[in-house]
Amino acid sequence: MGRYVIRRLLQMIPVFIGATLLIFLMVNVMGDPIAGLCGDRQCDPATAAQLRKEFGLDKPVWQQYLTYMGNVFTGDLGTAFNGQQVTELMADSWPITARLTLIAILIELVVGITLGVVTGLRRGRPVDTGVLLATLVVISIPTFVTGLLLQLLLGVKWGWIKPAVSTDAEFSELLVPGLVLASLSLAYVTRLTRTSIAENRRADYIRTAIAKGVPRRRVVVRHLLRNSLIPVVTFIGTDIGALMGGAIVTERIFNIHGVGYQLYQGILRQNTQTVVGFVTVLVLVFLVANLLVDLLYAVLDPRIRYV
Amino acid sequence: MRGASHAKWAAGAVAVALAATACGGGDDSGGGGGGGGGDGVVRSSWGDPQNPLEPANTNEVQGGKVMDMIFRGLKRYDPKTGKAEDMLAEKFATKDSTTFTVTVKDGWTFSNGEKVTAKSFVDAWNYGASLKNNQKNAYFFGYIEGYEKVHPESGKQSADTLSGLKATGPRTFTVKLNQKFSTWPETLGYAAFAPLPQAFFKNHAAWVKKPVGNGPYTVRSYRKGSQMSLRKWAKYPGSDKARNDGVDLKVYTDNNTAYTDLTAGNLDLVDDVPAAQLRNVRADLGDRYLNTPAGIIQTLAFPFYDKDWPDDAKGAKLRKGLSMAINRKQITETIFQKTRTPATDWTSPVLGEDGGYKPGLCGDACDYKPAEARKLVKEGGGLPGGQVKIGYNADTGSHKDWVDAVCNSINKALGQSKACVGNPTGTFADFRNKTSQQKMDGPFRAGWQMDYPLIQNFLQPLYYTNASSNDGKWSNKEFDKLVNEANAESDAAAAVKKFQQAEEVVRDNMAAIPLWYQNGSAGYSDRVSDVALNPFSVPVYNEIKVG
Repeated sequence: MGRYVIRRLLQMIPVFIGATLLIFLMVNVMGDPIAGLCGDRQCDPATAAQLRKEFGLDKPVWQQYLTYMGNVFTGDLGTAFNGQQVTELMADSWPITARLTLIAILIELVVGITLGVVTGLRRGRPVDTGVLLATLVVISIPTFVTGLLLQLLLGVKWGWIKPAVSTDAEFSELLVPGLVLASLSLAYVTRLTRTSIAENRRADYIRTAIAKGVPRRRVVVRHLLRNSLIPVVTFIGTDIGALMGGAIVTERIFNIHGVGYQLYQGILRQNTQTVVGFVTVLVLVFLVANLLVDLLYAVLDPRIRYV
Repeated sequence: MRGASHAKWAAGAVAVALAATACGGGDDSGGGGGGGGGDGVVRSSWGDPQNPLEPANTNEVQGGKVMDMIFRGLKRYDPKTGKAEDMLAEKFATKDSTTFTVTVKDGWTFSNGEKVTAKSFVDAWNYGASLKNNQKNAYFFGYIEGYEKVHPESGKQSADTLSGLKATGPRTFTVKLNQKFSTWPETLGYAAFAPLPQAFFKNHAAWVKKPVGNGPYTVRSYRKGSQMSLRKWAKYPGSDKARNDGVDLKVYTDNNTAYTDLTAGNLDLVDDVPAAQLRNVRADLGDRYLNTPAGIIQTLAFPFYDKDWPDDAKGAKLRKGLSMAINRKQITETIFQKTRTPATDWTSPVLGEDGGYKPGLCGDACDYKPAEARKLVKEGGGLPGGQVKIGYNADTGSHKDWVDAVCNSINKALGQSKACVGNPTGTFADFRNKTSQQKMDGPFRAGWQMDYPLIQNFLQPLYYTNASSNDGKWSNKEFDKLVNEANAESDAAAAVKKFQQAEEVVRDNMAAIPLWYQNGSAGYSDRVSDVALNPFSVPVYNEIKVG
């Protein structure tokens, strides 16, 4: 098991290098960013040349990349055009996005799995049909519609929440944005759990457990649910990465200064350092989340072993 | 115990991941202020400034807001009339419109107690002009003698200070210009000319974190990218003291969110009402909505370096024809909901008629006349290649909407369905690259926001041979001659006349097609009153009253 984890961690190194290189090249293709810094006028050529030199943009791309990677290993992720360190931007935005993602995942887990179990056990009953319909509605409505609608109703019309999240972005403020962010995946988690539960309910080991006289609650939680969770865990694991990077829409609507917003601004301003830094960390989060999912398989299903 | 050991490993990995995400979590303090503000504090929307907050490095509205609150220069543009009025300047003396002796008023200090002297100005201007400091507004000092040594076009600078700039006493300094420029003192209201305290030079990093100036406000706390809290400076010596207790500038991710926060009562001032909300703004805010002219004009420039767009009589006819095929009135009313006004000259209404704004100078050429447009385009040799492509950047400012509308109007007027199409570029930076490196092959969007309210600023940088923002590379000897004469004129009214003659040369050649004057728009809550925008579309914060 330990060797497996180490092997997986080592595999991340080439992925990390490849991913940063690709992003670096992609941002570079967009062209010279300096011209955008002077408004609707031409930057004076001397200042532009000086800035290019300072940001290392006058060197060939491969050299820029090597310098960047060299700096990364000393903990220096570069400077944004407004003079702010990228590490500083990260320190500001990652905790906020982590909080938002945590809320979204918790909502998915608790509400999604509960609904899935309930509907899976009562297939074809009114509860099942009702929840199925509800998830269909959620899946078919885009996030920005749900977001703007909740913002208008809860924030402006009824005044239950503030429509814009403050710069501190505390947990209580992030509940509604988290719900919006989670809504789509929530519907998928419900459906996945429901199908999985319904299928496993007829499995031999469940019949045996019931025949043995194991209490119903124990049958459902220990035997049925645990074995049904594998597809759900796979989905949630990949969803962590998607939630973090894909929160741009939700973050813009609710004024959350998280990773999505920083990325968006970095791309608009063609700020290589910001974009590469943030995307690289996203890639790492994705890799770690996937590793965790694989390890969780073994916890859920003892038949799965890693050597 | 196989299962338990699996769980242990998974738990360990989770712990590692959590520890990694928690790295930056600790330092959330330090911001202070938070969302609460105080009773007399104005809560205003903000965008993250693009460049570091230094006077000679701030060239856009968001940073400009801060500069306007924490700095006062020799001159200040009256928020209503746009006229340059003496602020820290006691007097300007000149005999030849080239050498000026400036006297600074007594009794001014920075908010840290340091006196504002002639040296505060000389040091600040030398810093702003020097190439090694990367100041984006360095070109403002280009009229001062010795600029080409401090800021050469290429290569290393051979001097650190401007030779034309000398402090001659504690409150007097002389400025020698490299050309006659009678109205030069009028340009000094721009933030780039602000004085700087010694703290700026001695501990630059600390200063940028928390700027110190001589304006009616002081910075209480600044959290980059999220919020700046400014408070009234009680000992401010000027006459334009703050009428509120302070201003909290809050960065919003999206101007729609800021607008929603305003309607929910969590924000007092939004100075950029999103286009999508313009329809509802009267219903939401009633008369708490401003729509006032700003010193911004949008034009279509032409690539005169391209052989398809020659600068001759035929070409002028073609450009005039295109201009007459654009229905400005309809576009400004339907797409911009009257936040733009059809342009009839090449300047801006904020100059006032005394300052050189002359409505109707464009004449027929700026009216929508489809029949004549068809005729002129035909006489001008038809559209090159049968089609014009209007270049614009698609990332900001809803440019796509109006370019499509302009093309529609041209297509309709000329009676061809594909006479005009939009030619989008993905990002603003890339668009600027193409225009400044002469890579456009058709007319392109050219916006101009004035630096100072002078007619000179609407003509010389844009149409003078090889001027800094003459992206179309238009060149006309007569125009250049008239501009030189105007700059040498010592009488302001006579100078304006000459500039208008030069503007007529632009008109006769249709060097650029004027489209519309842009307005500044703002909405505010019922908590505040006396809200106004200055000609640079920056809110006049010090005059806002709370309660």
